Amino acid sequence: MLLLLLCPGIISAGEIIEYQLDNGLKILILEEHKAPVATFQVWYRAGSRDEPIGKSGLSHLLEHMMFKGTSQYGPQEFSRIVQKNGGTDNAYTTEDHTTYFQIFSSDRIAIAFDLEADRMQNLTIDPKEMLSERNVVMEERRLRYEDDPQNALFEEVNAAAFKAHPYQRPVIGWMSDLKSIERDDLYEYYKANYSPRNAYIVIVGDVKPDEMISKIENSFGSIPSGPVRKNVIFSEPVQRGERRISLKREAELPYILVGYHTPSFPDDDSYALDVLSLILSGGKSSRLYKSLVYEKKVALNAYAEYSGFSSDAYLFFLGATAFPGKDIGEVEGHIYAEIEKIITERPDDREVMKAKNQIESSFIMEQDSIFLQAMKYGTFEMLGGWRLIDKYLVGIRKVTAEDIIRVAKKYFTEENRTVGVLMPMKNSK
Amino acid sequence: MKNSKSKTIPAIFLLFAFCGLFSDFAYAIDVKRTVLPNGLIVLHSEKHNLPLVMVTLLVKASPLNEPENKAGLSNLTAELLAEGTKSRTSAVISEEVEFIGASLDTSVNSDYTTITLSVLKKDIHKGVELFSDILLNPVFPAAEIERKKGIIKGSLRQREEEPSFLAGRAFRKEVFGSHSYGRLLEGSVTTLDAITREDIAGFYSEYFLPNNSILSVVGDISGDDLQSMINQYLGRWKKSGLSSKSINKIDKKTERKIILIDKDLTQANILFGHRGISRDNPDYYAVMVMNYILGGGGFSSRLMHSIRDVMGLAYDVHSSFSANKEGGFFQAGVQTKNESANAVIAEIIRHIELIQKKEVTTEELSEAKAFLTGSFPRKLDTNRKIADFIALVEFYGLGTDYVEKYPAYINAVTKEDILRVSGKYLYPHEYVLVVVANQEKAGLKQSGGPE
Repeated sequence: MLLLLLCPGIISAGEIIEYQLDNGLKILILEEHKAPVATFQVWYRAGSRDEPIGKSGLSHLLEHMMFKGTSQYGPQEFSRIVQKNGGTDNAYTTEDHTTYFQIFSSDRIAIAFDLEADRMQNLTIDPKEMLSERNVVMEERRLRYEDDPQNALFEEVNAAAFKAHPYQRPVIGWMSDLKSIERDDLYEYYKANYSPRNAYIVIVGDVKPDEMISKIENSFGSIPSGPVRKNVIFSEPVQRGERRISLKREAELPYILVGYHTPSFPDDDSYALDVLSLILSGGKSSRLYKSLVYEKKVALNAYAEYSGFSSDAYLFFLGATAFPGKDIGEVEGHIYAEIEKIITERPDDREVMKAKNQIESSFIMEQDSIFLQAMKYGTFEMLGGWRLIDKYLVGIRKVTAEDIIRVAKKYFTEENRTVGVLMPMKNSK
Repeated sequence: MKNSKSKTIPAIFLLFAFCGLFSDFAYAIDVKRTVLPNGLIVLHSEKHNLPLVMVTLLVKASPLNEPENKAGLSNLTAELLAEGTKSRTSAVISEEVEFIGASLDTSVNSDYTTITLSVLKKDIHKGVELFSDILLNPVFPAAEIERKKGIIKGSLRQREEEPSFLAGRAFRKEVFGSHSYGRLLEGSVTTLDAITREDIAGFYSEYFLPNNSILSVVGDISGDDLQSMINQYLGRWKKSGLSSKSINKIDKKTERKIILIDKDLTQANILFGHRGISRDNPDYYAVMVMNYILGGGGFSSRLMHSIRDVMGLAYDVHSSFSANKEGGFFQAGVQTKNESANAVIAEIIRHIELIQKKEVTTEELSEAKAFLTGSFPRKLDTNRKIADFIALVEFYGLGTDYVEKYPAYINAVTKEDILRVSGKYLYPHEYVLVVVANQEKAGLKQSGGPE
């Protein structure tokens, strides 16, 4: 059997410099001199899972307000300063965290430090700006969910799969919740979550770590460390029966999305689930494509998606769009048949090796981009420490066909699944 | 075999250094340009920082070369390259590519086809062998053609769900008429049905020629190794006479036209625009600076500032000039709740008229230039981006000193230039306006906005 003969140094965690300021702000720096560019990222351990009930979308709206000014800089001045220095900046919010980032030519990177330090503590959240930005977020919600049938189904499946855990709520927020968010909700959440103690910095690029650390110390060192974070532990009760939902709306083709409750990294089962997701849908040679799209021609596309990189246990998804004229029930049957085959027909060694090679290769390919590298370190840091990257790769290499069969049996049961079906309706107008 | 198996690579041997003249930073990419005896242009940049090799092959085969009644031919041909060769079936090809964790993709856009390979250094031979197999030996099996046609037609059907797809399709059709830029790359159900296996095989042999292609290779591979790999895997690729068929010219002139598409949506998807410029237009750089200020510059642009930040009416609003080989278009796009459609359209038109009437400010001009020059190194910050970029520089004939000269092109633009090009290339009266919305709620004024 062909084994990956990779130099371990290349795909394990690189030479990260780690440093912590007295106020608790942790800094991770990776020197990467292949191009004269660098990325600066501030990660806050606050996402939609940390929002109060009835205020879904708060974290994401706050992310928007972070661009709307502080006592020192006016609305959108942050981005203008970045852009006129040739940089780009943006931010995104997930269930677990919120990340702000800039990419610059490396000699300009420090421009971001004072700006990020400023908005970590001095955000204005002007009530008028807030109302306007809330409208912007509602437009974003219409764009991404209300007018996109498949994304709308994703929201429904998520909401049905979780009863107790806040993963039930969409990150962008329900429309009715968005309407009820007020300026003080945002400010309170901001003060509780945005502080050196609840954040960390990731830098990757053509930089000198010593110089970066002293500049960051200058910009962030005087910020009070902030309140101790309340680490609320949520857990979803075990699901004891299939949940089915259907969504009827204007669309062209039926679509099915099935979610199974599964554990997250670094649970022992997460590695085998990861490898399994590639056996099912890692390219055109994978099982779902080969069976549903290529051979049986019942689906236009079919996929599996598992990311164990969330704070709490989340879902393993299987999805497919029906081929025109095909019955979605038939598609569903074929999906379950493929799951059954994993258990009854042992995946062969080459198939398992292919999936592992794809994971290892993508780790190396990601290093082509400083941004993706920073994202990777940031993600592992959020999950418990950047050094977990090594644990992850070791875990993946150990997965056997028996592990894959075991996790398939354990999680892919009828009781543990939530099934959503999009039923197209024609425009009634 | 003539013109093949060349042991040496003589021909033109140019070393062009991409040396940066950016204000504060220096940037250099060494690219070695070679023309092989079979006419293939090879661009090579050696980078040993990662054990990866990125390959891009650009073939001058696109919808520009298709007859109108066979629209989708170039896309279908590209899609079928990896669906069966003389020695491998479709399933074997994807299995072998995926086993080494590589990616081997084909893609078509308005002007050209690309085949790209991203592969680990240790698997370079396997990767390039697969790459050359789909390039040189495709057999276009009848069953695969039918399967692919079915998938493309199904995808077209599914995309009818996307308001932005409906708007874009209607917009291009109205702006470019029967020219290939006015059609979907995928063609339509009717034109796909009209394409035969002979059409595909004929298109392939007419255009997939070394003397009609550019190969760029970036990464952990030396010049000697590259040369011997080209000899080994592409040695049989033979030069042939290039097609004498002329490429369609765009003859349609934009007239004011408003297209309303009714769907049960919460938002109106709005596209506003008209014919634009081709990539070789001498005003290209002035147009880029002008558009940055108008609607291309994200939060620094006037449209975003006004429609998102001040009015709170959209998540995204932007304008762009898409400049292709034979022409292009200008487009401003936005999504807003149905009820705000009229207000947003009026605001777009107001800003177009404003930039035509009044000089931009000194600050706007300097910020636009600073971004466009300062962000340039990031277009070249990964090996993948470099491979694609240098192939495009060659294709559009931008010159071997393009990276060096780019900042000067941008910095030469004046306020007067911007006033001139906005007058010349923006038409606030002869435009195509497409609105996909719940038309009852949008209640569009038939005039399409105020005069």
